[in-house]
Amino acid sequence: MAMEIKDIIKPENIVYRRTPLLTDKPLSYCPGCGHGTIHRLIMEVVEEMNIQDKTIGIAPVGCSVLAYEFMDIDMQQAAHGRATALATAIKRLLPDRFVFTYQGDGDLAAIGTAETIHACNRGENFIIFFVNNGIYGMTGGQMAPTTLPGMKASTCPFGRDTKIMGNPLKITELVAQLQGTYYVTRQAVHTPNAVRKAKKAVRNAFEYSKHNKGLCFVEFVSNCNSGWKMNAVQANKWMEENMFPYYPLGDIKVPQSEKV
Amino acid sequence: MAKVRGAIVVDVEKCKGCGVCVPACPQDVIQLAKEVNGKGYHYAYMHVPEECTGCTNCAIVCPDGVITVYRVKAETV
Repeated sequence: MAMEIKDIIKPENIVYRRTPLLTDKPLSYCPGCGHGTIHRLIMEVVEEMNIQDKTIGIAPVGCSVLAYEFMDIDMQQAAHGRATALATAIKRLLPDRFVFTYQGDGDLAAIGTAETIHACNRGENFIIFFVNNGIYGMTGGQMAPTTLPGMKASTCPFGRDTKIMGNPLKITELVAQLQGTYYVTRQAVHTPNAVRKAKKAVRNAFEYSKHNKGLCFVEFVSNCNSGWKMNAVQANKWMEENMFPYYPLGDIKVPQSEKV
Repeated sequence: MAKVRGAIVVDVEKCKGCGVCVPACPQDVIQLAKEVNGKGYHYAYMHVPEECTGCTNCAIVCPDGVITVYRVKAETV
């Protein structure tokens, strides 16, 4: 006997649904942008750990400036690049909360480099989620410190010339050198497998931050199909071919003794 | 023999038609519709619903989280 679709679509058969910790507002991101997936992963982990009322997020300046509209938790919004400074204050005043910042590459790796490096060096006990798409998305695709050599952006239309503009900044490797960081990893969210791994990394970061042993830094290599002038599927492919060789995925610093 | 049957429900008005779910589907079930939703996007839909296994791959890569997945074990004769 053939089974009808309406027999399958019943509340008791749900195996996956959008987490209720994301608000009903439609996300303001471009079609195919990795931000939406990363928002969802963080909120899924918060839901699984049942820490909705104990989590405080810091929204950055950039495309994800309105993250507080989409995540149904307590959130603050910081001045450009200063999310880690605000997170430091919040975590020190409310040490029992889970605090995270959510920053892009223009926010974290350009204007906020000093705040980021010093927060990592002090070993503050919060989590940084760093979304790296190699471009300034919100302001119209200008070159960012993480733009790849030869990659075109609106302020380097002939490609990034490393003689004039320097080399892309590997901020994740940089902070992994500091003693204050506890867990440093780089993930992506373009395929189902990558999303599953990234979710584990987000979960690890929240679990590790319970130990109060230092800063957890999770980078997501993401796409910007509008800035890269591609469609979403092409952008994901381009990212695999060009971004991953320069920004290899995987754990960079893992705590030795602690077990989650 | 027990066979796993699945189905997805796409929130058509929130789908932005980015197409990331299409290559993520191992059974090639999903395609973008010729029709558009209220915002003018070609939304995703199940092109061959009987092949869906409810693996949730499409839903976990969907940037906008518009896909709900259902799965049942169906007894076939």
